[in-house]
Amino acid sequence: MNKAEKTNRLKDKAFNLFGIFCTFFGLLILIVLLFDVFSKGGSRISWDFITGLPSRIPEKAGILTPLIGSIWILILTAVIAFPIGVAAAIHLEEYGSKNRLSKLVEINIANLAGVPSIIYGLLGLQVFSRWVHLGSSLLAGALTLALLILPIIIVATREAIKAVPNSIREASYALGGSRWQTIWMQVLPASMGGILTGVILALSRAVGETAPLIVIGALTYVAFVPSGPLDEFSVLPIQVFNWISRPQHGFVINAAAGIIVLLAITFIMNGIAVYFRNKWQKKIKW
Amino acid sequence: MNLKEKIIEKLLFACSLLTILTTLGIIVVLLYESILFFKEVPIFDFLTDTEWTPLFEQKRFGILPLISGTLLTSLIAIVVAVPVGLTIAVYLNEYANQKLTVAIKPVLEILAAVPTVVYGFFALTFVTPLLQKLIPGLAGFNALSPGIVMGIMIIPYISSLSEDALRAVPKSLREAAYGMGSTRLQTAFKVMIPAAFSGIAVSVILAISRAIGETMIVAIAAGQQPRLTFNPMVPIETITTYIVQVSLGDVPHDSLEYRTIFAAGITLFILTFILNNISFWVKSKFQEKYE
Repeated sequence: MNKAEKTNRLKDKAFNLFGIFCTFFGLLILIVLLFDVFSKGGSRISWDFITGLPSRIPEKAGILTPLIGSIWILILTAVIAFPIGVAAAIHLEEYGSKNRLSKLVEINIANLAGVPSIIYGLLGLQVFSRWVHLGSSLLAGALTLALLILPIIIVATREAIKAVPNSIREASYALGGSRWQTIWMQVLPASMGGILTGVILALSRAVGETAPLIVIGALTYVAFVPSGPLDEFSVLPIQVFNWISRPQHGFVINAAAGIIVLLAITFIMNGIAVYFRNKWQKKIKW
Repeated sequence: MNLKEKIIEKLLFACSLLTILTTLGIIVVLLYESILFFKEVPIFDFLTDTEWTPLFEQKRFGILPLISGTLLTSLIAIVVAVPVGLTIAVYLNEYANQKLTVAIKPVLEILAAVPTVVYGFFALTFVTPLLQKLIPGLAGFNALSPGIVMGIMIIPYISSLSEDALRAVPKSLREAAYGMGSTRLQTAFKVMIPAAFSGIAVSVILAISRAIGETMIVAIAAGQQPRLTFNPMVPIETITTYIVQVSLGDVPHDSLEYRTIFAAGITLFILTFILNNISFWVKSKFQEKYE
């Protein structure tokens, strides 16, 4: 082995170590972040904190109203975005006549996925809050977030539908099934695992979104639990943001505790999505 | 085809058209309010004035300080994310065994799934105090700390997309490089990365676009002081932070102050729109086709 070869091997080994370091760097940061949040807010987590109403005294303040607000938003957004997103994906994938319009729709979806979320907030503020007169209601917020996650749902659903082999469709047609019957009774059930994975991931994104809801005017302080879709509301991330912005140290502890709850929701939803993906991948072998 | 089938097809079509309506809606809303804004503020002043003080007595409407703040935080994020993200992609593709790659990728994706308000908290209450110990002159609100944290957030965007691009390079190229006696490092940087360059470029451009539009991390940790500077140590304000700041206050609708957020919004939209389209262009134009 000559000298040049030796240095090359050395460089190779050095990069290997650097690669390991970088790969675990992300993981390390995640652990530091979790440790930091738990050490600041872990002791604040209690049943009283979860079921408590907002208060100006940090030790008494709870997250009940923003938590219920987040659950409302989650359900409303799912109800709006799920059928529309899946329907759009079916059209693009199964009916996809390759004309100009469907191509435009495709380019457009890719573009929408890159629009910053705060821009969706400006759209929702003007269209839903002001022109449709929904104000800063749960419905206005859910409609805004539904538009925001629609591209994610459409892309995921298309991938899932694409994975269904053509032989299934052909078998259905051979038995006299119509196009819609084939989709409804064969393609959709076969791809439901992938679709649900995508929808849950999209919703977990929606539950963490803060900026668009601030823009449409979601409250930073709500004294009551919302009871219908036209009520004003706050959500967990906005409550956390509000607490971070306050000078008293007690609110920093509250913010950390609120983050623990928010992270728990996000991780549980991601966990469910991963579970769906694994279960579905194992069960179906074409 | 019977009537029911036709109606269903039309319904499905209507749902996919909704995405076009969304884009049109965004453009109409931004343009409508911005045009009203530019009737009162000359577009030349907007683009060249070096001060942004729409909420003060002495109103100035120069977008440059907000743009410089936005670019500064994004630049710091990219400086963190590109080397780390690209190294991860190369490491997983050339060095790590298959099992580790399968296990580590979903874990990295979690970085992108953490709500941004959490990263904002982390930047303000953990990273900034840590940096202040290392850099004595660092202000409590600054561009450096949120920039670094934002960089960590976008690592998975770069590592994941770049890894896909590297994996799409045919095995024969790699084997040819090994056959010539190259080390893994030489194969990676002299053969694989050039071959996957368009895919890697796309991942970087999309990550920049993502950083420019990111809101909560900068809204929490970067401050609210629009100033035309590229000094990462002092408080600045980004376009997104300004929109949040106005949304939280009680600016009356249909006022000039209200319209500033749409003027800022359209600037942000154009910036990200250009970047996204460059990435599509690179993807379609420079994608290497292998048989």
